[in-house]
Amino acid sequence: MNISTDIWVWIAALLTLFIYSFLYKDNPFYKFAEHLFIGIGVGYTTVLLWFNSVIPKLWNPLVHGTSPMRFFLIIPILIGALMFSIFSKKNNWLIRIPIAIYIGAGSGLAIPLDFEGLIFEQVKGTILTKSMFNSFIVGFSSIVLFIGVIATLVYFYFSKEHKGFVGKTARVGIFYIMIAFGASFGYTVMARVSLLIGRMQFLLHNWLGIIK
Amino acid sequence: MRFFEKILKIDRRWIFLIVGIVVIIPLIFPIGMPVLTTPPVRSLYNYVDKLQGTGKAVMLVTDFDPSTMPELLPMACAILRHCFAKKIPVYLYGGLYSAYVGMAEMALEKTLPDFPDLQYGKDYIFLGYVPGVSLVILGMGGSISGTFNTDYYGNKLDTLPLNKMVDNYKNIGIVIDLSGSASPETWVIYGYQRFGVRIGVGTTAVSAAQYYPMLQTGQFVGMLGGLKGAAEYEQLIKKAGIPTGRLEATIGMDAQSFVHIFLIFIIILGNIAFLITKKRKV
Repeated sequence: MNISTDIWVWIAALLTLFIYSFLYKDNPFYKFAEHLFIGIGVGYTTVLLWFNSVIPKLWNPLVHGTSPMRFFLIIPILIGALMFSIFSKKNNWLIRIPIAIYIGAGSGLAIPLDFEGLIFEQVKGTILTKSMFNSFIVGFSSIVLFIGVIATLVYFYFSKEHKGFVGKTARVGIFYIMIAFGASFGYTVMARVSLLIGRMQFLLHNWLGIIK
Repeated sequence: MRFFEKILKIDRRWIFLIVGIVVIIPLIFPIGMPVLTTPPVRSLYNYVDKLQGTGKAVMLVTDFDPSTMPELLPMACAILRHCFAKKIPVYLYGGLYSAYVGMAEMALEKTLPDFPDLQYGKDYIFLGYVPGVSLVILGMGGSISGTFNTDYYGNKLDTLPLNKMVDNYKNIGIVIDLSGSASPETWVIYGYQRFGVRIGVGTTAVSAAQYYPMLQTGQFVGMLGGLKGAAEYEQLIKKAGIPTGRLEATIGMDAQSFVHIFLIFIIILGNIAFLITKKRKV
């Protein structure tokens, strides 16, 4: 056993135990750690944004820069400042301007590439080609995938009553969806256990020095 | 019958306690259960390995914060060790959001002591945070130095030798996004679809299932899923004779396996208890 003498390791260890104490029941130690976490998180992010974004991208070029183009920076500053109009009951409609620009630019950038990357490529991935059947496993998997995509899409087609052939196909779709939920749930359990293992390793290795 | 009724009414805190014990015991008394390598992990490893000597760099992105650190930090360390040992240039990018940059710093602190010959600016560069998310990914397609101006330490990027050779995706062999969020999709959309840069992903187990379709379409070169993925990569670099440091993910796999066995047992037991008590009520 080789207990840590680092004060920060002790603080981290105690805060971990404070948070885990919630598993027994809600208590002041847990509340303290929770509030501390939120406060530090907000403070850390604010400072980081200030020093990595506002100072180098706006303040320094505007105040210390020499290019005459630097004054164009005033336009995004003014548009961004309109976000604070939310605090005025009379002028809060002004917030629509930066939000409209943000959504407009974001949609313009995202929509064509989203279609390309998340829809067309995925549809391409379901197309059965001759070469897939060179290997039995790949061929079989491709057919399973193809049926799964069609059946699941039919399940989410609500303009026709799920009866007869459509109903049976939708039922197959439900099986696929349930299997997907099961896989997702299994992975979620694995993730949560991994986080617990990570903290236990910290307590047993970094703090108490029980394990190597 | 009363046993099954009791099972259904058991205080959940007993389950928490047992899970805690099942995690702690294998950590103290490890048995070293085998970690088998899966194709998505091997594919990523092989792709990175083949970059050796090509002059192309790996861009490793730490898009995660401390909440997912146990799964993703071992991946970052293992991939860094792989690149450092094979002399593959590395751009370590501290993530698309401001809270992530500390994770990249931590990964460097854990790996650098084993590679004392590395030169900053020549063998690796550490990029800090700049706002913009998708705009940053798009910007790097034109110029990395133009997008970031300076590295994490405040050095002008265009003065660093590595940046003179690699200043956009043309000389980036692969971007590996280690993510606890949906950022791999962002990299695929703006990096792969727009510029054709290859993407690898290391993700939390929670997100792994949703990324298999992108693996199947070839949009991802390979994938490390959760602690298991990290352990597999650790085993691959260990087999290659690369200094591994403390194998954090591999050490955790015994506990992971035992907890899974316990959870399978209680899920089956809970369902049997439910069915039997339900039948009795009818």
